[in-house]
Amino acid sequence: MKELIKVENLSKSFKLSSKQQKIEKTSEKVRRAVNGLSFEAYEGEIFGLLGPNGAGKTTTLRMLATLIKPDSGDAFIDGCSIVKDPDSVRAKIGFLTSELKLEEFFTPNYLFDFFSSLHGISPEISARRKRDLFTRFGINRFAEVKVADMSTGMKQKTSLAISLVHDPDIIIFDEPTNGLDVITAKTVTDFLLYLKEQKKTIIVSTHIFSLIEKLCDRVGIIIDGKMVACDSLEEICEGKTLEDRFFDIFTEYHGGEM
Amino acid sequence: MKNNAIFKIFKKELDRFFKDRRTLIALLMPGILIYLMYSLMGNFMSDAFMPDDEYVPTIYSVNAPAEIETVFSQVGYTLTPSSDTETEKQAITDNEADLLIVFPENFMNDMLAYQPGSDLAAPNVEIYYNSASTNSATAFTTVTAVLDSIESSLSNKFDVNNSLDTQFDLATDEDVTGMIFSMMMPMLMMMLLFSGCMAVAPESIAGEKERGTIATLLITPTKRSHIAIGKILALSVMALISGTSSTVGTLLSLPKLMGGAVELSDATYNAADYVMLAAVILSTVLVFITLISIISAYAKTVKEAGTYLTPLMILSMLIGLSGMMGEAATERALYAIPIFNSVQNMIAIFSFNGDVINVIITVCANIAVTSIGVFVLTRMFNNEKIMFNK
Repeated sequence: MKELIKVENLSKSFKLSSKQQKIEKTSEKVRRAVNGLSFEAYEGEIFGLLGPNGAGKTTTLRMLATLIKPDSGDAFIDGCSIVKDPDSVRAKIGFLTSELKLEEFFTPNYLFDFFSSLHGISPEISARRKRDLFTRFGINRFAEVKVADMSTGMKQKTSLAISLVHDPDIIIFDEPTNGLDVITAKTVTDFLLYLKEQKKTIIVSTHIFSLIEKLCDRVGIIIDGKMVACDSLEEICEGKTLEDRFFDIFTEYHGGEM
Repeated sequence: MKNNAIFKIFKKELDRFFKDRRTLIALLMPGILIYLMYSLMGNFMSDAFMPDDEYVPTIYSVNAPAEIETVFSQVGYTLTPSSDTETEKQAITDNEADLLIVFPENFMNDMLAYQPGSDLAAPNVEIYYNSASTNSATAFTTVTAVLDSIESSLSNKFDVNNSLDTQFDLATDEDVTGMIFSMMMPMLMMMLLFSGCMAVAPESIAGEKERGTIATLLITPTKRSHIAIGKILALSVMALISGTSSTVGTLLSLPKLMGGAVELSDATYNAADYVMLAAVILSTVLVFITLISIISAYAKTVKEAGTYLTPLMILSMLIGLSGMMGEAATERALYAIPIFNSVQNMIAIFSFNGDVINVIITVCANIAVTSIGVFVLTRMFNNEKIMFNK
């Protein structure tokens, strides 16, 4: 299979403000969020990044999406370096995270057309994609409602549709079902499986075990910014549930302590 | 696609403002409010401080000679003999009368007999009035002037400007208008233009950061420089709408505010003046928007941006105040200093001395500053510590 994402020794640190130090009761001035992370993802697979809060999942995805730069290391998205060629990387990926918000003054219709035009998509192709995505997510019924007046589920569906305006081959989703009701969450997970059928390469970060088990071909477990395990779901689980196996790994990493 | 990206960002920004009714009202309202406020202030000041031409003051007098009563009757004033000076004084205090003129007994004889330089005191006329009353103060001024002219005519050695047919004040109405406009408008326009920029730029840059919508834009393949240029151009248009609204409101209300001292007619300023003024205003708005955008990009929230922008606003106001301190600078190099150059050009244009070369230097300098600002803003959009530091 074609290797579409290659992550090599990615590291990222953040300075802690005195306020953060106080809140977290630590004297360290620098927090290493991601520490020499390496993994690959192949065409047509869903790769899951699993880890507790603060493990470095979101930071990793933000680096892959070129929102932030790594301190060291690099990653290649379909051959394009996130460090040297971020503009090309942005054109190749679809990125969805709760961090990306939609402007409240606009409607889904307007936003889809706007982002579509920024990606240089012709109006005809854009109209066809909009029809497909809006129908799939049931956006048509609120296509002319301003974002400010929409529910969380409606916003998430709209964000999802907009992240895919350019029909990217590589899709990066950070906690895609966070804060969603069960119906919307199912719509999203079903859509991820549909994208997989379309041979899209997907990276999903989550701390929900069932989501990984349902969606992912391979899993990387991140703890304290380090990749402590990375393999197919079967190999990782070793016959146990993912949840049990995760806690085994987590306890082992922390020297027997939770 | 890339060439169009600036236009797409520009259009999106304009759509955002035009779709938000509150923003639109906030842009246009200052002009309407300024017009209403200044007009009301002008009317109030006219009512409070300008005398009523039809008003006939109530003037009491003691020992008024018939010759002097005749002179006063020529200016429409009638002197009523006082019965009780203390009662009349109280009436003046209570705004029920305007003046009490007390002449010494045998005033005319004593006055005619008086020799300047003698040891004797000159006959003294006492005039009681109420300076807090516009009508009383006006009557006092008129009566004093009449008495002064009587005194002058009695010892006439020479005259000054003693002709009703000759116009001695050679200032034209245009000069007066130019002087007043050049004193007031630079400061007012700097204030109004800055306010217009403040109304839109922090919301578009710091507001987008605060709401997390800028990240959605930064994740697209659009170049950060195109985002910066598109935003600055759109914000400048918004600020110009606001600035135009405020300026029109000011220009329309200024004649009322100045109590008729200023008349704005079609012939006051010519097309060249308006073109130069438009070029200066446009380039000034670009500088303001760029500076405000950079400061807003650094701020984490709109509120924080407002705090950071206060010193810049005060500085602009102070530079605007230099219009009140004299004529425009003559040294061309000074026209390369942003903001200061705008004020100097406005002073020159409003006093009918606009200079095309100075305007060109100003526009070029302001565009250069804007270009540097776009570069800085692009770097800031690329800087994760600035864009995502919460």
